[in-house]
Amino acid sequence: MDSRATVTPSTSGPGSGEVLVRVRNLKKHFPILGGLFRRHVGAVKAVDGVTFDIYRGQTLGLVGESGSGKSTTGRVMLQLDPATEGTVHFEDTELTAIKGERLRQLRPRMQMVFQDPHASLNPRMTVASIVGEPLREHGTRGAERKDRIDELLSLVGLEPSHANRYPHEFSGGQRQRIGIARAIALSPDFIVCDEPIAALDVSIQSQIVNLLESLQERLGLTYLFISHDLSMVRHIADTVAVMYLGKIMELAAVDDLYTDPKHPYTQALLSAVPVPDPKVEARRERTILEGDIPSPANPPPGCPFNTRCPVAQERCSIEVPAWRELGSGQWVSCHFAE
Amino acid sequence: MVHAVNGVSFDVNPGEFLGVVGESGSGKSVTMMSLLRLIPMPPGEIVSGTAVYEGRDLLQLEPDELRQIRGGKIGFIFQDPMTSLNPVLTVGHQIEESLKIHQGAPADVREARAIELLDLVGIPSPEQRLESYPHELSGGMRQRVMIAVALACSPQILIADEPTTALDVTIQAQIIDLIKDLREKLGTAVIWITHDLGVVAGLADRVVVMYGGRIVEEALVGDLYETPQHPYTSGLLGSLPRLDQKGEELVTIDGQPPSLYDLPDRCTFAPRCPYVFERCLQQSPPLLRIADTRRVACWWDVDKEGPRNGL
Repeated sequence: MDSRATVTPSTSGPGSGEVLVRVRNLKKHFPILGGLFRRHVGAVKAVDGVTFDIYRGQTLGLVGESGSGKSTTGRVMLQLDPATEGTVHFEDTELTAIKGERLRQLRPRMQMVFQDPHASLNPRMTVASIVGEPLREHGTRGAERKDRIDELLSLVGLEPSHANRYPHEFSGGQRQRIGIARAIALSPDFIVCDEPIAALDVSIQSQIVNLLESLQERLGLTYLFISHDLSMVRHIADTVAVMYLGKIMELAAVDDLYTDPKHPYTQALLSAVPVPDPKVEARRERTILEGDIPSPANPPPGCPFNTRCPVAQERCSIEVPAWRELGSGQWVSCHFAE
Repeated sequence: MVHAVNGVSFDVNPGEFLGVVGESGSGKSVTMMSLLRLIPMPPGEIVSGTAVYEGRDLLQLEPDELRQIRGGKIGFIFQDPMTSLNPVLTVGHQIEESLKIHQGAPADVREARAIELLDLVGIPSPEQRLESYPHELSGGMRQRVMIAVALACSPQILIADEPTTALDVTIQAQIIDLIKDLREKLGTAVIWITHDLGVVAGLADRVVVMYGGRIVEEALVGDLYETPQHPYTSGLLGSLPRLDQKGEELVTIDGQPPSLYDLPDRCTFAPRCPYVFERCLQQSPPLLRIADTRRVACWWDVDKEGPRNGL
């Protein structure tokens, strides 16, 4: 707990209630090895100092374009990859400081739903063994396990008769339901949903999001919802963090972020999303960002967004903006936002 | 046998922007690829139908004649520029190739035109980029190169198959902006295939909605979003969260998209339709013209809240 105080100021973002997950200055750098002796010649700064809190029973939406580091953030938070620097607290336990059996004992309380339901389910296992595996691993046996599997399948909208089938017998949406059943099997508190709907058809996406919402209500779940779909995040999240090149640009309550975005990147990102209504589209003004996202192996100095920012000044390419709170309770990393 | 596309008919007018919307497996790509006989045959087979371009049926042309039209009169942009550009040829080579084949232009003319095209699609320092290979470019830049290749011979129709689906949203906005701009400058007709009702809302003049290998609705863009006539269209619109408003619970379309193994003798949407009644299960509805610019394939009349008259 001490390390937290030294890293960042006391609070870190909007929201209220009890903090379940506390992330402070989290970094994940992947080494770049080069030359004959595979020497360390640089680093991809996939996540480069992110700080936020997730409140119990709420959903934090983590948005950003590809390569912004949102999935790595989710993986490092669950200690699927070790952090390079910074801390993650789950309730009062510092996850970044424990490993082995102690971490394993906490695993049931933190789960993950993956993007691709084709790749994340073992094709040689039946639905019952996929959903039952975490139960077996953590000591539920026999009839009790079978009952729990039936209960889980009906919770996610599948039939108990599906238990003996294999993943290939299901459609993408149903497979994602199996992945969700596995994630909630051990009654977790916290689930990282990593692009859970990105691989699904439009008419199936809303089914899965409605399922996640109803499970949250019934089971009191807390979500980190990672997505590039800004419209869906507006629908599901309570608080939203916008990432760009490994850093959080803006963090705000969902309505504040969508109705009054403060960071120039958030503004441009929101203006780029098409709205399914020709009348709205006809009168919308777009900020078209020039150029591409720089490589996280070689990010620009100063503010990471300065190379594409429509309002960048000289200062932006020299000085990294501070993470600060605006009067409205929105947090930004920009010299000029107000 | 998979019946990927069943009895689809539509027109595209010169300079028009037609949006073709559908989910995976709805037959939207297969329809467009079949027009240009880009479907590998066998195993594919075009069982019946015509595709008339300026009075000539593309499906009956000799391979040589068809080749003149493909890439010459009708350009194609594919979804994934990484797999549709040749990785071992320079960008310049790939743009010049179609100029060489279709127009037999000499080398210096081709190079000048390639530079002009790269400039047109917004690629900085085009002279140097001619020598680049696809892997040296970002996803957005590769898609710009694809567009330059498709536009090389000033086609009258540009068919774009999910051209922004693989791109990030800020890059998608760049490409959409580019296509809008090019259409104004060149007057090319565009057929834009997508699963994203948001993208076509701001782009298309007219929209065709496909489901299970058929067209279920066709309307001018404003009418389609304002007063959808087919339950699938309204279901799809209801299931979309909105960026500009905080909604309640999302409407869902229950069930799964249809399997295309059997040619159905009933409405393909019937198993998922909230308005389904007896007739839907007995007979597949034809695509009916209900107004000058509007067609729908449904036995149910949403305005009347009852079965459609006169059928």
